[in-house]
Amino acid sequence: MRLVVNDAPRAGWGNPAWPLINFFRKALVIAEFEIRKLRHDPTELVFRAVQPALWLLVFGQVFSRIRGTGVANYQDFLAAGILAQSVLFIAIFSGISVIWERDLGIVHKFLVSPTSRVALVLGKAASAGARALSQVIIIYLLSWLIGVHLNWNPPALLVVLVTVLLGAAFFATFSLVIAFLVKTRERFMGIGQVMTMPLFFASNAIYPIAMMPAWLRVIAHGNPLTYEVDALRGMMIVPGIHTYNIGLDMAVLFCATAVLMLIGGRLYARVAT
Amino acid sequence: MPILETRELTRIFGDLKAVDRLSISVEAGGIFGLLGPNGAGKSTVIKMLTTLLPPTSGTARIDGYDIIRQSGQVRRAIGYVPQLLSADSSLTGYENLLIFAKLYDLPRKEREGRIRYSLEFMGLSEATDQLVRTYSGGMIRRLEIAQSMLHRPRVLFLDEPTIGLDPVARKMVWEHIGQLREEFGTTIFLTTHFMEEADSLCHRVAIMHHGTVRAIGAPEELKTSLGDPDATLDDVFLHYAGDTLESSGGGFREVSRQRRTARRLG
Repeated sequence: MRLVVNDAPRAGWGNPAWPLINFFRKALVIAEFEIRKLRHDPTELVFRAVQPALWLLVFGQVFSRIRGTGVANYQDFLAAGILAQSVLFIAIFSGISVIWERDLGIVHKFLVSPTSRVALVLGKAASAGARALSQVIIIYLLSWLIGVHLNWNPPALLVVLVTVLLGAAFFATFSLVIAFLVKTRERFMGIGQVMTMPLFFASNAIYPIAMMPAWLRVIAHGNPLTYEVDALRGMMIVPGIHTYNIGLDMAVLFCATAVLMLIGGRLYARVAT
Repeated sequence: MPILETRELTRIFGDLKAVDRLSISVEAGGIFGLLGPNGAGKSTVIKMLTTLLPPTSGTARIDGYDIIRQSGQVRRAIGYVPQLLSADSSLTGYENLLIFAKLYDLPRKEREGRIRYSLEFMGLSEATDQLVRTYSGGMIRRLEIAQSMLHRPRVLFLDEPTIGLDPVARKMVWEHIGQLREEFGTTIFLTTHFMEEADSLCHRVAIMHHGTVRAIGAPEELKTSLGDPDATLDDVFLHYAGDTLESSGGGFREVSRQRRTARRLG
């Protein structure tokens, strides 16, 4: 099976007549790369289930006894918040993979291949989305066990999945941008720790915006996590609870993610130097 | 027409001229070695030629494409093996190649055959479905070369391809590089600071020091030019790069990175 010299027409590959299709195909390859790694060692996903279990089973059980939150059923209220929180935690540290890849030289090979930088970002975001979907299963299961009133209506479930994917994509891209800027593991972990809790507390994940002091309300309205929680809370439980509406939630998440991805695409080459 | 040509290629980091108006040309089909002590600017040249780092001024053409304005075409025309060991250790050898076959848009029906052939060519058939974690350093290096050759590039860049390898593995990598050139007609552009490697592999070498090329030619020519019949490439190197072979360190970061690579290669 001897191959002839330079046997393939290089410029003709990848069907350049369809650059958009090629863009998404490349992003899927990057996601495949991450998912194959996960398949060889899925222990991460198991450990990821511990934290939401504690929040739902311990925190939720205790706090559902507190009166005066203005929430009819706190366990229902909390379930959507904890799903958003697990998605946040899984995504916000995912950017560290690019620092590993930088130290190993893998990122250089990705950058030398004919792959759009934005497709590299989208691929990473999609793989965070895939991890986040595993959390959906775990949290629905736990919620069902403790008697949360889940909405099993298929269109509502679909909206939940899309919201989880968008939320994961947003925070994974955010995480990548931080990784591109700080470039070292130590600084990245430091900043990640500092960012996570404020994002979580300045959102409607565990208490309604109406309970917040005025200054915190302003921040919460500017926090994409709030919109993710709002979309989930509207669709995951019955009756759904909305502060905004699903259209606004999706629009905010989508636009914020798209803008960050363009920024990430511009910054990607920085990790090679 | 040369397959690779740089024109006044320059890169400045702060006050440091890492590469200073480099103008070299490389003919198609040979093995070209860029030699120099640590910190001479070799890796910076490779990073600019592989479109990873924009030049401060000047430019280069590879296979007729400009590295700045036509970076997309350049990326399709080249293969690159970084100095660091960059195969993913938590995937199998096959998977490492599969991902890159897809990134280089290899048609689906050719992928499988070409990956198997590449692994066989590099003597890795047996390890195809093993995790790269279980590979030896020399095997990882050969896997990476296979990975960078999947799309049959016109020019293959190898940055210090045998750093940290033991002599047996090093020799094996050299043999495979030579076979690649014969089999596929690929032009090979490598950096090294092992003079023995340059002498036995390269058809032409350039000796780089402080960002500029001090001498360029076939190893034999350079040795003869010293006028000493027993001259080795080491002597040539010392002649043109001064006594800096040992002393110029290259900074903590570079040394620690090399140590890390060496450790991974075990």
